[in-house]
Amino acid sequence: MAEEKKIKNLKSFSTSADRFEGANLLCPGCAHSIIVREVLNATNDDLVISASTGCLEVCTAVYPYTSWDASWIHIGFENSATAVTGAEAMYKALKRKGRLFQPERTPKFVAFGGDGASYDIGFQWISGAFERGHDFMYVTLDNEVYANTGGQSSGSTPIGASTTTAPAGRVSYGEKRHKKDMMAIMAAHGAPYVAQVAPNKWKDMVKKIQTGFNTKGPVYINAMSACTTEWKFPASDTIAVSDIAVDSLVFPLYEIINGTELNITYRPKNIIPVRDYLGVQGRFKHLFQPENAHLIDAWQKRVDAHWAYLQKREEARV
Amino acid sequence: MADKMELKEVEVWDGNLASAHSLRQAQVDVVAAYPITPSTPIVENYAGFLANGYVDGEYVMVESEHAAMSGCIGASAAGGRVATATSSQGYALMVETLYQASGMRLPIVLHVVNRALAAPLNVNGDHSDMYLGRDSGWIQLDSFRPQEAYDLGLMAFKIGEDHDIRLPVMVHQDGFLSSHTAQNIRPLQDDVAYNFVGEYKPYNAMLNFEKPATYGVQTEENWHFEHKARQHFDLMTKVMPKIKSVFAEFENLTGRKYKIVEDYYMEDADIAVIAMGTTVETAKLSARIARKSGLKIGVIGIRVLRPFPFDEVAEILKNVKAIGTLDRSSPNGTVGMLYNEIAGAMLGIGKAPIMRNYIYGLGGRDITVEMLKNIYNELNEDAIAGKRLGAVQKFINVRGPELTFLGK
Repeated sequence: MAEEKKIKNLKSFSTSADRFEGANLLCPGCAHSIIVREVLNATNDDLVISASTGCLEVCTAVYPYTSWDASWIHIGFENSATAVTGAEAMYKALKRKGRLFQPERTPKFVAFGGDGASYDIGFQWISGAFERGHDFMYVTLDNEVYANTGGQSSGSTPIGASTTTAPAGRVSYGEKRHKKDMMAIMAAHGAPYVAQVAPNKWKDMVKKIQTGFNTKGPVYINAMSACTTEWKFPASDTIAVSDIAVDSLVFPLYEIINGTELNITYRPKNIIPVRDYLGVQGRFKHLFQPENAHLIDAWQKRVDAHWAYLQKREEARV
Repeated sequence: MADKMELKEVEVWDGNLASAHSLRQAQVDVVAAYPITPSTPIVENYAGFLANGYVDGEYVMVESEHAAMSGCIGASAAGGRVATATSSQGYALMVETLYQASGMRLPIVLHVVNRALAAPLNVNGDHSDMYLGRDSGWIQLDSFRPQEAYDLGLMAFKIGEDHDIRLPVMVHQDGFLSSHTAQNIRPLQDDVAYNFVGEYKPYNAMLNFEKPATYGVQTEENWHFEHKARQHFDLMTKVMPKIKSVFAEFENLTGRKYKIVEDYYMEDADIAVIAMGTTVETAKLSARIARKSGLKIGVIGIRVLRPFPFDEVAEILKNVKAIGTLDRSSPNGTVGMLYNEIAGAMLGIGKAPIMRNYIYGLGGRDITVEMLKNIYNELNEDAIAGKRLGAVQKFINVRGPELTFLGK
């Protein structure tokens, strides 16, 4: 049985043992480090962690330093899922052969990748690893953009965002494509546990991570990671923007068990208009010009429709 | 505990089955693999061993060759014995991860059943894939027939896993000509083979939680060069002595002698050809015949492609008047790899023999004893004349007008 950490409040959270050091090069206000700490802090078990090329990787393992007081590997952009499941296979082999260093331990295997690494270039590797049923957790740090390389569109970039490869201009409102629904895709793999989390709702998040760690088989976590640099909001506002994202239902918090049982885990008391979410980010600034007003309306309709869909699925259990 | 297999003194195995048995006998902990012609039977045979209890490691059937090597890297860094097999397009897809495996100093063993690279698509044997990986920082061992794929398959673990080496090793064999050609094989019994390979000794294992390791870091202009330089240093200074000592140990055990550079009829040779893979066997046969008509021809087979045996090859070739290098890969705009390396080796000892470069056998096109005899005659005429009488580069057995390049 996995060992869970009992964390009652933010104070005890902030003083709990840290296997991911604050000494890293992530931007001030970056949500990645908050998410990673919440994942690592959810267990006292040993960890084998992999990371895809991206912000987290380039900022936390710059030779001769490492921010990780846990086993950690980075291979390439696309293969963090395979890196950690290779290690998981070795764990199983050595366990069977009686050659583990610490046979009494129950390590957890976790892969981190950005949305570019997950939705785009590494999608096949994640799909393959889930199909094989490895006992591991894949966490997408979803900031909806290739942030490490300076703000190019990814498969997670929402319509209307201005990015460097789909910039808003005189005749363009920015990104034309819709964000890919990774949650549905991973649930369709029949994964035993799939959840969307946000670091500002840390109790909800820790609970889901612990559920994930206690689940046998592949677990997918889509973690909203508000990006001060590319979403263009002040570095001090990461949690405030995250709150608006969750309370406007742009990032609804829910889980899907065994591909069918959908549970909404957070219902905002006061649902905030999507307009307010868009309004606090520089990447959507151009949407507030009169000719783009219809796009904000469309955004609201889309978010409403998705929320209705989630509620229907929750009710129907299919 | 895996069951042992009773083997006859002489088994009839093709190269793929021979390779698969070497993996089984080394009791590999994790094989992450993806099938591709002509190496597919290696992983199929391995799966069969697993299904019948002769292997108790993990066999991870992944969704691509890139994932196969990625899984091997994760597994190797975790701290156990790892191997896989591939060919051609799969090898090409792996290339990114080949560099990552060697850069992280992970002693993975990769059986490469050599095959041409598309386009046009072709499943047959040439050396395009082998050549593609030659700067990837792996040790590359080349077998000329199935017995050697088995022998080198066992030795590869012992070479790469040594803590002074810690480098991945490729064992090459020719697609179909070796991989699908059944021959008499003298295998070791399971215990003997395993004892020869030895227990895997982990190094900076991710699964040692008392000493967590960070693999695959970021380095820019401040440290990248030192990492690459150290890897090159080890390849240039430590690997050859290690290979020689493992070859010697293997000879003591089996009586089968392997050399960094294999040479045949070289003692009094005036002319020589350099080849790799199954062509070495054909060249030997052709040389034996040609010697009956007085040609002082010798044959050299490159056993270790990386690190390249400059000193050894130059020593053997130092008194030779004319050299033909046989490259089974399209050089696409230059001379063949073997021509380059041999020319460099000879220049390094202040020698300038007559040199020619023959491009042959692409996409599995045959090379016959007769064609080789023609090459020997050409080289012999050069040697007698004291100068090269034709172009440097010539394509052998290809349709259309004669294809020669670089001089007349």
